[in-house]
Amino acid sequence: MRPAAMHMADGIINVPVTVIFALVALVLLVLCGAKARADLDERLVPMAGLTAAFIFAVQMLNFTVLPGVSGHLLGGALAVALVGPWVGALCVSIVLIVQSLLFADGGLTALGLNITNMALIGAFVTYGVLRLLLKVLPRTPTGVSVAVFLTSIVSVMAGASGFVFEYAIGGTTHMSMGVVAGFMLGAHFLIGLGEGVITAATVATVSRTRPDLVYALRGMKPLTGVERAA
Amino acid sequence: MRKKTTWFILSGLFVALILAGVVSHYASSSPDGLDSATLKGCATDAQGRITGGHCAAQKAKKHDLETGPFAGYATSGLGGGFASTAVSGVVGVAVVFGIGAGAFWLLKRRAKTPEQG
Repeated sequence: MRPAAMHMADGIINVPVTVIFALVALVLLVLCGAKARADLDERLVPMAGLTAAFIFAVQMLNFTVLPGVSGHLLGGALAVALVGPWVGALCVSIVLIVQSLLFADGGLTALGLNITNMALIGAFVTYGVLRLLLKVLPRTPTGVSVAVFLTSIVSVMAGASGFVFEYAIGGTTHMSMGVVAGFMLGAHFLIGLGEGVITAATVATVSRTRPDLVYALRGMKPLTGVERAA
Repeated sequence: MRKKTTWFILSGLFVALILAGVVSHYASSSPDGLDSATLKGCATDAQGRITGGHCAAQKAKKHDLETGPFAGYATSGLGGGFASTAVSGVVGVAVVFGIGAGAFWLLKRRAKTPEQG
């Protein structure tokens, strides 16, 4: 068996909306690049490369969520938990760009849409929810694992909502929005559960072996803050 | 980079290579959530191509690079079996790690002021 194509192809969303999201993605990626500099240190550089490579590998592992329907990790929650929101969004974007260019998965012009849904919405929603949860849950390997499980579900459904919004304003076909939205959100709730299990298991493993390499354990500052505890 | 960290990164890469190179063979080939949603209402053939009906992906285009050497997570010249997926998975992990670590290293270097070295 061979992993199926998994990202949005060109032609599903019309040209104007595709161009708008390409620009949105580009601007936000430049912002992420600028913000990421403050986070990058000697440990985070190889860790960010590993996080991207690991997300690529796990995305190949489609699991069954309904008869004839599979799901796979999107990776936003994992990336943020391990390397933070700015570096994390860039990690997922690198995966999506390589998948589109080398593996013909995800249309070239649809890259802005795919990056917006999975890398940017994925990372920023994760960061917001994870920060809130970590105010309640203890910042221990177990606490962080529970937090990333719950966060994964929200972040995957937020990414799916991104597609629903893009299709609603720019779909090249006119299918019932109720059907598209209902199926997308229903399937992605189940995919979110799978993403949650994988993300929690991975974060728990890294937290127990090298807690100093887990961003979520070191402290999550507001998005405007750039200082980070050493 | 401390030796301990080097070992951690190498172990992580090893796990990623096993997942992409071996475990990927056992992954589901069913369309994912997005494809299932956008193909709802259309009939498809064994390759997943739309043969009729009405669905959100009706006007989806073929990928511009679909003849590339690793298109569709298969390796050209190796057929569609285990080796084909394994090689594409291993290449993907290596390329993503290389580009990722390289890009972040460049970003970090640009971030440092001269007195910090």
